[in-house]
Amino acid sequence: MKIDTSSPPERAARKTGDFASALQLTTDHDLCPGCGEPVALRALLDAVESLGLAQRAIGVVGIGCYTALTSLIDLDLVQALHGRAPSVATGAKRMRPDTLLFTLQGDGDMVNEGLQEVIHTAARGENLTCVLLNNGVFGETGGHMTATTVLGQRTKNSLEGRDASYHGHPILIGDLLARLGGTGYVARGSVHDAAGVARTRRYFERAFESQMRGEGFSFVEVLTMCPTGWFVPTREGPGYLDEVLGSVHVTGELKVDGRLVGA
Amino acid sequence: MRALMEGSEAIAEAAIAAGCRFFAGYPMTPFTELLESFAKRLPEEDGACINAESEIEAIGMAWGAAATGARAATGSTGQGLSLMQESMSEITRAEIPIVVFNMARGQGDYFQATRGGGHGDYRHIVLAPIDVTEAVDLTQLAFHLADRWRHPVLVYGDYLLAHTAEAVSVSPATFDEALPEKDWAVDGSLGGSGRSRNLNPIGMQKGTKGIDPDSFWRRLQEKQDAIEAAEQRFEAEHVDGAELLVVAFGTMARFARYVVRELREEGVPVGYFRPVSLWPFPSRALAEAASGARRVACLEQNAGQMIDDVRLAVLGSAPVVSIGGISTDAAGFGIGPLLDPAVVRERIEAALAGREVDGVLGGAIA
Repeated sequence: MKIDTSSPPERAARKTGDFASALQLTTDHDLCPGCGEPVALRALLDAVESLGLAQRAIGVVGIGCYTALTSLIDLDLVQALHGRAPSVATGAKRMRPDTLLFTLQGDGDMVNEGLQEVIHTAARGENLTCVLLNNGVFGETGGHMTATTVLGQRTKNSLEGRDASYHGHPILIGDLLARLGGTGYVARGSVHDAAGVARTRRYFERAFESQMRGEGFSFVEVLTMCPTGWFVPTREGPGYLDEVLGSVHVTGELKVDGRLVGA
Repeated sequence: MRALMEGSEAIAEAAIAAGCRFFAGYPMTPFTELLESFAKRLPEEDGACINAESEIEAIGMAWGAAATGARAATGSTGQGLSLMQESMSEITRAEIPIVVFNMARGQGDYFQATRGGGHGDYRHIVLAPIDVTEAVDLTQLAFHLADRWRHPVLVYGDYLLAHTAEAVSVSPATFDEALPEKDWAVDGSLGGSGRSRNLNPIGMQKGTKGIDPDSFWRRLQEKQDAIEAAEQRFEAEHVDGAELLVVAFGTMARFARYVVRELREEGVPVGYFRPVSLWPFPSRALAEAASGARRVACLEQNAGQMIDDVRLAVLGSAPVVSIGGISTDAAGFGIGPLLDPAVVRERIEAALAGREVDGVLGGAIA
């Protein structure tokens, strides 16, 4: 389907303002209509708020579209380099063991640039939560292939679709981390529909509770829509997520109480 | 109480005396013993020393620890410092006070240390101790200056400093200036208050979209100008009547000072000047020290790096020549033929007589 850009839409796209969390300073942001990241952020902030941890939380943020959201998050934050949030979070948590420490990273940040950071942080069993907003593309640069891009997915530098023989295979990071000894809780949620958002919020709550019980590394991956980077009409974003990303990066809890789910 | 300690051990003790409670590092000669010392001592002080998976992660961890207000440090050898430069740049702009030790393999990292070293437009404070005793003082000063200016401080040591044992006494130092409150540090307490913090290297603010790069850069530049004016440190001897002024830093200065004293006792008109802070470089003091000299000689263990700063300081008032050079042992460490008072003396005498010296001291020490 072609997008008609000859006239403005009848209504402005809805922003997070319609759904603001108590921990948002403002509802105004510059992310694209149809983006899943503000939705995932709200689920995260609601989980922090519902557990009564707002005055104990520190976030360490990577570099991606979601970096722009840091101006509206009313929590103490440290801005890290691309890929480096898990180490920064490690140092912060070691000095402030009573805080809720989480990272906020994209797939390019965590799985491309900073893969060894998140793996070592998990294996060390650092008592913190890494959060991955996974849309399978570098959204900020305009839709380029990442390490989580699924086979067949078209991006600006895999124009005919990701080809395993040429571009290699995607990394299923949640599954990889779940198998490490240092991890206590691992889940993969999605924000493509209301049920997915509700489940994702619950995953955040469980991960944060696991951290506050001192069970070691916890990980919440959230599949998020990026219609701009996927080159699909905004309304088709949720369906594309479900069919294309969701069939490879399968949602659900992967590890609970230090035990692999289904093992 | 004085005790015989290797430089690495003494530096770790000094850092702990200064309140350092976090260290992260990755082994590399000749930095390794500093990591070992912190790994042994920090747990005894309720601190943490993490064996990072690389230098990149090591500085990231120190960054996070310092962001919470703790005194934190990391370090490596020049090559490892190269890996840390991206973070050094960002940390400087996020105004997070950390201390970084370069136990270098010689003096070839002068440019890396003093020119910022990474991307962007910044410098960080650099202190270069001459011996273990001074390393104890400058390590504590490094933590003080980092907190005073909210700025990274690099301590430039080398193989000789790391591995030489000297009788030193380590006790907490006191400083005249009161330090500012660390009200910027993240502890989570301001969540939901509307005044939560964001330790951000690009000037992003809470509650407003985008950044204001002009005011952000201007403020950082003004701070660096203030540091440059306030923190120039040096040592000078026998400057009066010196026809030749010898300039050296760190380990090479130890040799230069020894030889200059020896020559002065024999009545040879030579003087000695040592930058203690490599950035800010003590340009004013050097210009003054060199004002009566016919010639200025740089003794550094590299192909000529500090000589640029010496020339900028002297500004043509006297010719500046290099009497140092590349000088390593067979393994590539800076333990070469130049570390010999007889060789240094020969070179200083040559400079005084206006003769050229070779810039590469071929062959390793037997």
